[in-house]
Amino acid sequence: MEPQKFVENFAAQFEESDPSSFSPETKFRDLEDWSSFAALSIIAMVDEIYNIKITGDDIRKSNTVKEIFNIVESKMK
Amino acid sequence: MYNPFSLEGKTILVTGASSGIGRAIAFETSKLGARLIITGRDRERLEKTFDSLNGQGHDRILADLTIDRDLDNLISGIPQLDGLVYSAGITNPVPFQYVTKEKLDKIFNLNFTSAAILTQKLLQKKLIKREASIVFISSVSGIFCSSPGGSIYSATKGAINGLVKGMAIDLSQRLIRVNSVCPGMVETNIYGGGQITEEQLEEDKKRYPLKRYGKPEEIAFAVIYLLSDASKWVTGSNLLIDGGYTLL
Repeated sequence: MEPQKFVENFAAQFEESDPSSFSPETKFRDLEDWSSFAALSIIAMVDEIYNIKITGDDIRKSNTVKEIFNIVESKMK
Repeated sequence: MYNPFSLEGKTILVTGASSGIGRAIAFETSKLGARLIITGRDRERLEKTFDSLNGQGHDRILADLTIDRDLDNLISGIPQLDGLVYSAGITNPVPFQYVTKEKLDKIFNLNFTSAAILTQKLLQKKLIKREASIVFISSVSGIFCSSPGGSIYSATKGAINGLVKGMAIDLSQRLIRVNSVCPGMVETNIYGGGQITEEQLEEDKKRYPLKRYGKPEEIAFAVIYLLSDASKWVTGSNLLIDGGYTLL
């Protein structure tokens, strides 16, 4: 799993935020357009693209994109 | 004792009886004298429901209603029925942008198609008595409202709504009644998939005028009404039970 591609896929779930502004360190919870719907979209994206099931709790416990990436990566093993 | 809601002498099939609303329906109807045939997918949890039942003569048949062989096996073990309750249902909250045919098929097959086909097969085998009552567990979703990521689930419940009305007309020839109940969110494990967090559910509860989610038995009580002779002139209806959720 390529970290940069993951950041792009992550950013694609947001309607307002500029995709180029996302990095692994982005605190997604602080974004204007963060919402429970964005969380559902991220869960669905990870399922569709990486075939991994993450939960709402996984997202709730995370602050940065990198932390989500790490959770997905750990579930791939 | 005077009780217009008695189910004494009635044989009733309940699907989805291994958990949630289905389990409560099985338990509560048994307390009113019904003889039950319960079915579900999980052996251990189905046994737990079975052991909770009041009275004698009940039966349980393990089945995944989306598998043809299981369905046929279930039908072969069913006696003549006075009542049927379809409570087997699942959801998979997913934004519409991520809907796939696979996801659609999976949820439709269980929530909608299996109930329709099971009824058809039981009718064909003359296992549904004249004046029987059929009850579908529908939802506020798909009839009155929906929820984020709830498009597929809502669609299955909307489809049930249409099915109920059409079936109610066609089966009225044999005086069989067909109704649904439309619960708001009930305390069950339907969101066990983990997409929705406890915090989100707690927040959602505050949107109910009656300040909480429903309890499974509160849905069972409405089903009891629809199964009993108290509702002999009720067919094709949707009974809304939602703590006031759709008022706002």
